[in-house]
Amino acid sequence: MEKHDYYHEHSHGYGIYILVWLALMTLTAVTVAVAGMDIDRFTVATALIIASVKAYLVLTIFMHLRSETRNFTVFVIVALLFLGISLVLLFSDYSFH
Amino acid sequence: MSSTEHTAGTHVHRDDIGSRMGMWLFLFTELILFGGMFLIYSVYRFEYPEAFHLAAKELNTIMGAFNTAVLLTSSMTMALSIVAIQRNQKILSIWLQMITIFLALFFLVNKYFEWTAKFHHGIYPGSEELLSKGSGEILFFGLYYVMTGLHGIHVIVGMVLIGVMTRMTRKDIITKDSYVRLENAGLYWHLVDIIWIFLFPLFYLIT
Repeated sequence: MEKHDYYHEHSHGYGIYILVWLALMTLTAVTVAVAGMDIDRFTVATALIIASVKAYLVLTIFMHLRSETRNFTVFVIVALLFLGISLVLLFSDYSFH
Repeated sequence: MSSTEHTAGTHVHRDDIGSRMGMWLFLFTELILFGGMFLIYSVYRFEYPEAFHLAAKELNTIMGAFNTAVLLTSSMTMALSIVAIQRNQKILSIWLQMITIFLALFFLVNKYFEWTAKFHHGIYPGSEELLSKGSGEILFFGLYYVMTGLHGIHVIVGMVLIGVMTRMTRKDIITKDSYVRLENAGLYWHLVDIIWIFLFPLFYLIT
């Protein structure tokens, strides 16, 4: 990647970060509101989905994953995959006790 | 791809992409550190759903939501400080970094009041009050103190790190053409933010 391209791709304006911040704040308000509604078993799933969307926004925009080379994304996916494998194996073991 | 910095007339030994990749690798170890705790949390929540439900009511949702907003805002100011340095707006970048540090401190002060309020109610690890409760609630508060405590330590480390970056920016070590250190400090700070994004609903929003 050319140096010029790197700077070019990284030079988002201030706007996108403020926009993402607004989205993150809105999602926080939504997750608090949903928790208050007390829909029982759905709340955990909803809370985790909203948290994942927020984490995705932080990873791609704030942490510049979107403008990095592909390797970075692959690394992150592999790391998350291992965490996922641990979770699946743990619960598959646990539920047979 | 990373060697392009060397080709520019003046031979500068620098590898910004490699540097950021190193930071990401470190962040993965952090992910495993906290990930392990989230695994413990999920098992115990699965085992004691009622007790977790009951114990979580003790936590102040408003305070938690407010602190989430503080941390999210600090993440934004951190990201903006990088845009500022890219545009050669040194003073603005320094200000944004200092606001980030201030928000981090604000987060910790809130946390301090939250914890001391719990202490006054006799809820702290090993307290008689807590030990008189069921094992599910003891586990909930144990996890609460360990996970938010470890996160708090990360906030302190982040503050120090950003403080060093502010000094470097002031001394023109971090400049428009060389700001990978600031980017890496930012990556660390955003990870601290992401961890809190998950801690908040898992501890404060169990209805």
